[in-house]
Amino acid sequence: MATLDQIAKPAAQSENFPELYRRVWNRPVSVANVGKAAVYRVDCEPQELTQLWQWLIQDFDFAFATLIVEEEPNGGRSLTYVLYRQPSQWVYVDLRLGPEATAVPSVVGLTHGPSADWHEREAEDLFGITFAGHPRLGEFVLHEDWPEGVNPMRGNLDARQPPVHRDPDAKWQPPMVVEALGAFAMPVGPVFSDFAESAHFLLETVGEDVIRTIPRLFYKYRGVEKIAEGEAVDCALLLAERFSGTAAFAHGLGFCQAVEAICGIEVPPRARALRTMFAELERLRHHAAAITGICNSTALAVAASQAALIEETLLRLTCEVARHRYLFGAIKPGGLACDLTEVARGRLAAAVESVAQKLYELHGMLRYSSSFLDRLEEVGIIKTDDARSYGLVGPIARAAGIDHDFRKQFPYAAYESIKFTVPVEQDGDGYARLRVFFREAEQSTSILRQILSALPEGSVCAADIVWRAGAALSAVEAPLGAAFHWLRILDDGTVARYRITPPSFTNWHGFHLAAENFAFQDFPIILSSFGLSNAECDR
Amino acid sequence: MANWVLKGLRTGIKTTSYPQQLETAQGTSPGRPCGMVLESTEKAEDLVARCPTQAIAGQDGGVAVDIRRCIHCSRCRSDSDEPAVPWDASYEWATYNSDAAAAVQALEKVFGRSLHIRFVDAGACSACVSEARQLNNPYYNMHRLGFFMTPTPRNADILLVSGPVSDAMRHPLGKAYDAMPEPKRVVAIGACAIFGGVFGSSFAAAGGASKIVPVDVVVPGCPPPPLAILHGLLLVVGRKPPSQPVSPVTEPIGEPA
Repeated sequence: MATLDQIAKPAAQSENFPELYRRVWNRPVSVANVGKAAVYRVDCEPQELTQLWQWLIQDFDFAFATLIVEEEPNGGRSLTYVLYRQPSQWVYVDLRLGPEATAVPSVVGLTHGPSADWHEREAEDLFGITFAGHPRLGEFVLHEDWPEGVNPMRGNLDARQPPVHRDPDAKWQPPMVVEALGAFAMPVGPVFSDFAESAHFLLETVGEDVIRTIPRLFYKYRGVEKIAEGEAVDCALLLAERFSGTAAFAHGLGFCQAVEAICGIEVPPRARALRTMFAELERLRHHAAAITGICNSTALAVAASQAALIEETLLRLTCEVARHRYLFGAIKPGGLACDLTEVARGRLAAAVESVAQKLYELHGMLRYSSSFLDRLEEVGIIKTDDARSYGLVGPIARAAGIDHDFRKQFPYAAYESIKFTVPVEQDGDGYARLRVFFREAEQSTSILRQILSALPEGSVCAADIVWRAGAALSAVEAPLGAAFHWLRILDDGTVARYRITPPSFTNWHGFHLAAENFAFQDFPIILSSFGLSNAECDR
Repeated sequence: MANWVLKGLRTGIKTTSYPQQLETAQGTSPGRPCGMVLESTEKAEDLVARCPTQAIAGQDGGVAVDIRRCIHCSRCRSDSDEPAVPWDASYEWATYNSDAAAAVQALEKVFGRSLHIRFVDAGACSACVSEARQLNNPYYNMHRLGFFMTPTPRNADILLVSGPVSDAMRHPLGKAYDAMPEPKRVVAIGACAIFGGVFGSSFAAAGGASKIVPVDVVVPGCPPPPLAILHGLLLVVGRKPPSQPVSPVTEPIGEPA
């Protein structure tokens, strides 16, 4: 086996990956082409994992996407680390654990290791796998009254039985890091005084300023991945749409694309165009809601009302053209459940212009409201290096200088034939995120315009589906960033394993970076400028 | 700042005239499926089988639809020639949770016309949360009707619950209810809070708010549109009558038999 420094980095990046892998690791690599993307699959022994990780991340500039754990019939488990890089390359690193084995080396301490941090913690809770060297396992998805040693994703747990609880440890203390005279922790949540999603935050403070924030999530864990197992694809689609209602179409699309990849279904051109259209309509509405949230948190009432009017206008418009305000039931494997009528198309085209104009005016006014900007600028900063190390995605990463968007770099639906830019800002603060929301919304209106002016004719759904057993990964750019849907189905069309890696899961992990050393009154602003969904994270 | 004042004034009044008049703007509600007469039992069985949440039930001569179990998946309406039930554009769906409606009604008067609301998200998909949030926007503006959010359960008259009650939220929900002074009411919004919705009852969710706290009023929908939630609040204070949750076997209006 060659060591890391035997291969110079520039050479490694330009060379053919599979060939180099064979040469360095002296092992086979399977190569498959999925559309325009190349998928390399390699096997890995647990003791080699850290070295391979370092090689892929450092020398090849791969980024970590997700960790997929599956239970095998003999009680063993397989772990697949999925990494990607541009242009269009995926690496699946397969690692097998026998029925008795429980430990895998942790990659958290390595380059960009933090991006896998929460994945390891989640796998420890749900599958009982120990990641040797991880600084903090346990107490993550499952809270303090969940019994030790019961791992819900394992086959021996019946999903439809009620949970068994234990008495929480009376000596349990929340983790506190700040040690200073007069330091104390202020708990916030999980119930808030407004219409807010459940989550808990521990603000560590010495009186005036908050030094550190420890978010505690998964109050909304509904075990979606577990209860999807054994369900027919039709029923699992309901879960895919409804685990995160404000990004229902994006996740429905992620799920359906995985089904289509497994069963070899060709989606008709009109359905591809309409899927793109609905996805952008959802993004537009989502970003309008995020802007409303930011205006609200700064108590700029008129701006919040203006943004809320835009949001409600888009909700009504969505309902008119797709029968549901949040696009539930619009998508199905093979295409779409409903077509766009000519009347709806005209209605949509006119409304998009009006919304674009209103957003433009609102942005124009906000830019010159100094009291508003004072609240956002240099608040909740995410540094580019941190964003990369944590593998952050979506508007938050793009506001921190990372030019990455799955619509552009791994195009799906009809994105390849659409002209659009990916807005990137460098500052990484609350204002940069607001600008990204506005600029992305503007791009969405431009995409909608292009699609509405050249909608292909034809059917909106492929013919009946013939089920095939198999597994596939689908990546979509949800409103909040990259979402990965891993699906394994059996030949009768039932789900064997469904793994969702939503952008809110990835980005909540980086929230603490932005919530350090700030004044108390800035907390709602940092929260709203992230605009994350707990339902999407918790599943 | 003067710009903002001007902007606000120029926008004019956008608020709905509901509850004085019915809202007729398009897109305020996904509508609901209605019961219908069907000539063959096969068609009825087909419709019953297509509904993933058993909202549609076969009855003599057709199907009836219970809005409380509907998740608006649209699978019972179809663009092709399959049997499909008609959908209306209603939104006044709120109703009492139990048959002890008389007892509930007797207590309505204690609230007068105003309500203070405590909201608990017990594992909702966030669409319910988003729709509830719209009640504060200028279109719906619940303040004009005397409905207010309160920062503490000690001041709350009603507990608004969404979600199937995830395991970790059962204590926070129960504690919020216990902390509220009498008289108090619980309003469950959305299919998940009513019966668990697509999540059902499982190792991770109780399968409805009534498993943890006594529910007085339910607001069906997945998610219930803002006007439906408003109807639920108006029902609690006795300013609107409850809806009929089950749409019986009837001839579709305007269509020949």
